[in-house]
Amino acid sequence: MIDFINFYLIPGITLGSIYALGAVGVSMIFGILRFAHFAHGDLMTVGAYAALTAVWVLGIPALAAIPVAIVVTCLVALVADKLFYKPLRDLPTIYTVIASFGVALILRSIVQTVWGTDSQVYMTGFQKPMIFLDTFRVATRHIQIIVATAVLTVALHYFLNHTRLGKSMRAVADDPDLAAVAGLDTERVIRWTWIIGAALAAIAGVFVGLDTDVHTNLGWNLLLPMFAAALLGGIGKPLGAIVGGLIIGIAEEACTYPFFGDSLIAPSYKSAVAFVIMVLILIFRPQGLFRGRLM
Amino acid sequence: MELPGIAFYLVAFLTMGGIYAILCLALNMQWGFGGLFNAGIAGFYAVGAYTGAILTSARSTAHLGGFDLPIVVGLICAGLASGIVGWAIARICVRLKADYLAMASIGIAEIIRLAIINEEWLTNGSLGISRIPRPLEAFYSGRAAEVVFVVFVWLVVLVTFLVARRLQQSPWGRVMRAIRDNEEAAASIGKDVQRFRTETFVVGSIFMGVAGALSAHYFKFFSPDATEPLLITFLAWVMLIAGGSGNNIGAIAGALAIWAIWSLTEVVTQQLPPDWATRSSYIRMLLIGLLLQFVLQRFRSGLFPEKSPKLRIGREN
Amino acid sequence: MTDRVLDVRDVSAGYGKMPIIKDINMHVIRQRIVTIIGPNGAGKSTLLKAVFGLNQHFSGEIAFDGTSIFNARTADLVPLGISAVPQTHNVFPSLSVDENLDVGTFAAPPPDAAATKAKILDLFPDLKDKLRQQAGQLSGGQRQMVAVGRALMSDPKLILLDEPTAGLSPAYLEVIFDLLQQVRDSGVSILMVEQNAKQALRIADYAYVLVNGENAYEGTGAELLADDEVRRSFLGGGMAP
Repeated sequence: MIDFINFYLIPGITLGSIYALGAVGVSMIFGILRFAHFAHGDLMTVGAYAALTAVWVLGIPALAAIPVAIVVTCLVALVADKLFYKPLRDLPTIYTVIASFGVALILRSIVQTVWGTDSQVYMTGFQKPMIFLDTFRVATRHIQIIVATAVLTVALHYFLNHTRLGKSMRAVADDPDLAAVAGLDTERVIRWTWIIGAALAAIAGVFVGLDTDVHTNLGWNLLLPMFAAALLGGIGKPLGAIVGGLIIGIAEEACTYPFFGDSLIAPSYKSAVAFVIMVLILIFRPQGLFRGRLM
Repeated sequence: MELPGIAFYLVAFLTMGGIYAILCLALNMQWGFGGLFNAGIAGFYAVGAYTGAILTSARSTAHLGGFDLPIVVGLICAGLASGIVGWAIARICVRLKADYLAMASIGIAEIIRLAIINEEWLTNGSLGISRIPRPLEAFYSGRAAEVVFVVFVWLVVLVTFLVARRLQQSPWGRVMRAIRDNEEAAASIGKDVQRFRTETFVVGSIFMGVAGALSAHYFKFFSPDATEPLLITFLAWVMLIAGGSGNNIGAIAGALAIWAIWSLTEVVTQQLPPDWATRSSYIRMLLIGLLLQFVLQRFRSGLFPEKSPKLRIGREN
Repeated sequence: MTDRVLDVRDVSAGYGKMPIIKDINMHVIRQRIVTIIGPNGAGKSTLLKAVFGLNQHFSGEIAFDGTSIFNARTADLVPLGISAVPQTHNVFPSLSVDENLDVGTFAAPPPDAAATKAKILDLFPDLKDKLRQQAGQLSGGQRQMVAVGRALMSDPKLILLDEPTAGLSPAYLEVIFDLLQQVRDSGVSILMVEQNAKQALRIADYAYVLVNGENAYEGTGAELLADDEVRRSFLGGGMAP
């Protein structure tokens, strides 16, 4: 049991936190702009590499480089929206999905061209885990990631429910036509959707690099679990996406735990867990756990 | 370059161009006729490639089979295997907005990729399957064999084209377009929207599998690294949109035009200074990504815009 | 200075290049309920949308409170003092009643939002104990109250209502019309399109009948109710009440 907590649950929550931060943006963009944003994973990659550059150039630790990652990623997202998504806004949204697929490729190839394709790390060397009550061993980076995600979740909750902008975003997600009739500035809401989605993606990207390493497929590989998390939480329900991300992260790790002498699935099939959950959700409860919108 | 050199470059170009033309015609069935978004083309392609490879290659201890079956049998089974995968995913997703199918289709492509890498008994894992035959190999060799193969590929292109045209002009094709353009109206006149959508997705998946099998025969060897999955999926999309979604001639023309551009970018990036040459493949991807955006914004109806087939009054209803 | 809060002169409007309404003349006087009735497809909703900048204006002039709003954008009209309530989908279903009301203040914050909200809740006391409920879970009539309440939150001078009683039971219809009279008495002008023509005319201070996108009849509610021609053609026959 202690082993399960130390080696499966805690890493699962860490992984789930990363999925959660990415899935918030996917869910918000799907809810407000109404399309599945295929370039969201690659926004994470951009964030991770922006932080890497800051670590190299400024010699600061990765966590201190997060603001740099956020600024760069937000700018990239806003530029992508202006150049590639906004011109298609009056067409059926599936065209924007295709465009975002292209943006994913563009972002990745820029990263590959600029930084090369070798894996990088923010810092080398072994970090001693923290030990609680003589039994729970938790890596420092896991604590940092989990705590930061918890803080961000609370902040997001406050923002969505208690600020004018947050309520406007939920209103636009609910009914964009009515929001326009009520005189809300839809373009401003869209701009902030990108900023928040991209900022959280950047943070998630840095966390991936902190947890494992930085490589050019980092974000694209996480797209499937992030989509699954957003669907699980209910489209347009950012807090649901956080729960969805945690469930999928924990499920992926737990499935490899030898509950009955043998692990449920081979570790190499871990990323199939997200797909299975996605399929089950699509079959049995397409509106998600928290009654998101079904589009 | 001497003339034969150019001629055989052309043969190689037309071979891959033809395989992409089949992919693109298949995608046109799904997207052009049915409005169904498939982001996992590479998955269906891989299922076809491995099915064809396992069935037609010589007996091996490294993987299942090979069964040394005729190539045509391999192609048919490749199509069936890919079609079955397509049916499973379509059953789940066609009732939902196109975005859900898009998400699920990258999921299925990912699962297929995992299975290919991990199930070594079936696919020989990352080492791949070798000794995959080409048609009429016993009678032709060298450059003649290349010519035979390109003819074979274009025969399959022709079959795919005829099937696609037949489908499009049939009453079935009309219903599909009606559903694509106005789902509610189509449903209200009693058409089983989900059944039609599932059918169109399956037919498209079948031909994607066939294209995959053909490429396995062309390479004579197939492994997880033989292709870049995202590139295949992506090129097929750019080709179809540039050629003209909904138009079969457009799908073929788009495949050849974009394959020509893609091949040309290789020539261009080879001229770059050496330290950039290693990055040339990324720059090529970037250019294709930008090309897609250009086509989406300025050239959406493509080289050959969709035309509704003429009504042949009295023969159909 | 005129007491016309809204003045529509010779307006043609529609969608794309197609005018649906032609040379319409009408006006709304301060603190009055003005109703537009007419057969289906007469252009009633198109007229309402034209006033609210939701379709194409071709010719004519629309003035609100003395300012031209011809070809103005919706987002600019709310701050000027016009609000609108669409016929369907007129609340944000996953937002609470309280939040729905809040959204009404975002485009044009009233000087004292809390006081405005209190005033509106006095008008719609049914909503007082439902403030934290999701608007999507309310009954049709209550949703209509939330929608009108949201529109009133920006302290508008004029509200536009597209068939406020569509789909409501006859009992609730009376309730809503009653409330609209109270809204008028609190100082807000109302321009509404109604399908339930007879009942709407009873509470209307003035009314217009549109046919084929053009002005056909006008008069006070009572006048139109008494007019044989109007009764026969648009009120489903029967004797004057």
